[in-house]
Amino acid sequence: MSLLAEKSASANGSNDIKDAVIRLAGNSQDGIQTVGGFLARLAGRSAQEVMTYMTIPSTISGGASIFQVRIGSGEVLSPGDEADFLIAFYQDSYENHLSSLREGGVCLYDSDHVEPDTSDKRFTFVGVPMTSTTVEAIGGSARDRGKNIFVLGLLTKLFELERNKLVKIIESQFKRKHESVLRNAMLAFDSGYAYETGDVLSQSYAFEPGEAVEGNRITTDGNTALTYGLLAAGVRYGAGYPITPWSSIMETLRTELPKYGGTFIQSEDELAAISSAIGFAYAGHIAVTGSSGPGLSLKMEALGYACMAELPLVIVNVQRGGPSTGLPTSVEQSDLMQAIYGSHGDSPRVILAPKDVEDCYYIAIEACRIAKKYSTPVIILTDQSLSSRIEAFPEPDISDVKEPTLDLQMQPSEFRPYPLDSQTKHAPPGTKMAEGKYPVVTGLEHDEWGHPSSNPELHQEMTNRRRDKIKQLASSLSKLEIYGENEGDVLLIGWGSTWGPIREAVDYAKRNNQKVSSIHLRHIHPMPNGIDEIIENFNKAIVVEMNDEGLYGYGQLATLLRARYSNPKILSLTKTNGLGFKISEILEGIKNA
Amino acid sequence: MSSVTQNEPEKLTKKALKADHPTWCPGCGDFTVLACFFKVLEELQIPHENICTIAGIGCSSRFPYFVNSHGLHFIHGRALPLATGVSLSRPDLHVFAFGGDGDGFSIGGNHLEHCARKNPNLTYVIMDNFVYGLTKKQTSPTSPIGFQSKTDPNGAMDMPVNPMKKLVASGASFIARTHSNQVKHMTEMFSRAIKHKGFSVIEVLSECTMFYKGAFDDGNPRKGGTFEIIDEKTGDGSDEDMERHDISSETEAYALADLQYPGKFGVFYKKERASKNDLEQNLIKSGQEKSGDLDAKKLIAARFKAMR
Repeated sequence: MSLLAEKSASANGSNDIKDAVIRLAGNSQDGIQTVGGFLARLAGRSAQEVMTYMTIPSTISGGASIFQVRIGSGEVLSPGDEADFLIAFYQDSYENHLSSLREGGVCLYDSDHVEPDTSDKRFTFVGVPMTSTTVEAIGGSARDRGKNIFVLGLLTKLFELERNKLVKIIESQFKRKHESVLRNAMLAFDSGYAYETGDVLSQSYAFEPGEAVEGNRITTDGNTALTYGLLAAGVRYGAGYPITPWSSIMETLRTELPKYGGTFIQSEDELAAISSAIGFAYAGHIAVTGSSGPGLSLKMEALGYACMAELPLVIVNVQRGGPSTGLPTSVEQSDLMQAIYGSHGDSPRVILAPKDVEDCYYIAIEACRIAKKYSTPVIILTDQSLSSRIEAFPEPDISDVKEPTLDLQMQPSEFRPYPLDSQTKHAPPGTKMAEGKYPVVTGLEHDEWGHPSSNPELHQEMTNRRRDKIKQLASSLSKLEIYGENEGDVLLIGWGSTWGPIREAVDYAKRNNQKVSSIHLRHIHPMPNGIDEIIENFNKAIVVEMNDEGLYGYGQLATLLRARYSNPKILSLTKTNGLGFKISEILEGIKNA
Repeated sequence: MSSVTQNEPEKLTKKALKADHPTWCPGCGDFTVLACFFKVLEELQIPHENICTIAGIGCSSRFPYFVNSHGLHFIHGRALPLATGVSLSRPDLHVFAFGGDGDGFSIGGNHLEHCARKNPNLTYVIMDNFVYGLTKKQTSPTSPIGFQSKTDPNGAMDMPVNPMKKLVASGASFIARTHSNQVKHMTEMFSRAIKHKGFSVIEVLSECTMFYKGAFDDGNPRKGGTFEIIDEKTGDGSDEDMERHDISSETEAYALADLQYPGKFGVFYKKERASKNDLEQNLIKSGQEKSGDLDAKKLIAARFKAMR
């Protein structure tokens, strides 16, 4: 694979490296996520780009787990196809993950647990007795706890990381715990830092300095970014039911909202969660509920109600893998059709998808804006990979964050919540009505005043009205930006978290003189107008998405684009193995298209 | 701000509360429930704009259309979680939920249990007719064994729900039972339920004249039945008071719920405990105190600083 050659040149040529992918493989209770998190925050504070990727077993405790962190001085858009360094804690971590190491890469293993096949000359093997050295350093009854921090010390030395900054991060992490915890952590860290890896790995690596960025950067995961986007947009009420990987959003909202004067309730089930959220919305607030695929299915009837009654609501769906219980801790983008067409009858709503961790923050704000302006449910389709991966990005500007207000201004006698010629406007309970005639919000078809009616013409008019307001949103969206040239051979079309790998694939293809560009949809339903004009200037348009090609050979967004534009140039590149796209897979897809 | 002025009369009257004429069949028990509701609202003089009626699906769930107040007609079985959202986020409102036995005990059974646990400030009236009326005579969760319906032509075989037992077990803090032919008693129950802080539930035996005629004659003295009102303890220390019903006792509530049909009517159980509204408000109060009463902008800024 030619992609590898490019990387080895930068890593092997000198001690200075631009980019490194480090994969920590162990068990979920080894604290490797903690180490990955420390490295990510350090990179965020050091003008370096960072992206992490992790797998967690869907078991309560234990099970194999990895944390991959990619740190670079340039733009880091994906977690990396292959690792430059593999840190293997156990024999099975070594066996299962050696294939993820690039040729020429370094396998750093715990010689207390791992016996590698050192005759494999593709890799450099470095054995370190991580467990016994940690136990020795900490002493007492600590067993092997702290070997994650030992490894962190080892890596700090190896990559010439900024030791002082890292120590500060460790201190702030452990300061709330017992002082012995921090003391032990520092003993393990220093022991790792002082450990001599010997002759095999004589050189250390230093990242080229990244471009200095103005202003502060923050380092966080997608679910946290999304949660703070909701808070910044004025969400004060919500309801949910626990499901991986949505739960961390509801946990944060439950803990944070009271400080903002709000309430998040844990409901008895998904149906109750969306019902309570609709209750909050009816009461005049912008409210949130959320789930992952199975839970979104359970919410569908009530979602249809919100479309019919035209109530503003934000629904977060953190997509995971497969139908039914599927792959709860893997990534997929197979909820698109469910998000757009789920529920009965014609019930148009809005679907948005964030492209990276930073965008999780901004998409939440956009979702609230649209929900309020168009009085409609908005579904945010994020995914498992965005939910837990950590990125560093510029600290958002919060100067225009306002406290939400409740509009209970008295309504005149001619008040109509559903006027045929203008936007929906509700009078929440508590609103005085000039003539003393109060409105009933209903899921039955209704007239402009909200009175139930089964008049045939009216049902047609109201169906048009609910559809047209979403089309109005489409025409208000700005044209899509093309990444790369405006014309060429292949146009890659993506949505959601495939943004990074697609962009890297475009960069790579361009360096190899291929005429490849890309567009990315954040507003998926409605999609912005003018995509057909962009496609016209390319020979092929390949829609890259993490769902199945289905019975007719096209992924879910590809199916929609083909239905909309009837353009045979629109092709489909799909995958569903529970992992994100590798750059090489996209390049392969371009070749085979 | 607004140039709109209100032409509404100051005093809340039955006339002001009347909306569409009910679509219920002639003789339906639900008419009396509606009339009693108007009567209680008139008595309590709740500000008109703060009355909020919510219902699911069913004959009785049409209720919000017949009351001129802010209202919401929701989907089948989910009126309670919706009403919980309204109540928790709007302490200024008086939230009422209405529904039938199918809505409350069958499709919404889980929500009834959890709403009782959570104890939000709202009043729930279940018009129990022992049959599915809107869909024209299928077995309901309260249909007695042997009841012949379109889904059980040979008679219902599943054990019916005992609403009072279910509610006591779920932790509801105010539970009462009344009969749609007993206007005075029903009005009293409504009034006590509305004044209760927390989740109050009233089961009204409300006859479906179309599909289960005469179902509740045994509880109607005018039809030869007996309407026996629960004799509540007064606390006067007398010997006869020892025999009276202690509304704070779960055991005594269960005993009443076990009586042979038609049983007794009145308050089965009442317990003062913190409503979810109060508990969530406490959480807000302590959360804001701990974080130094910062506004949203400052809270987010502090969090971002920690993420640097």
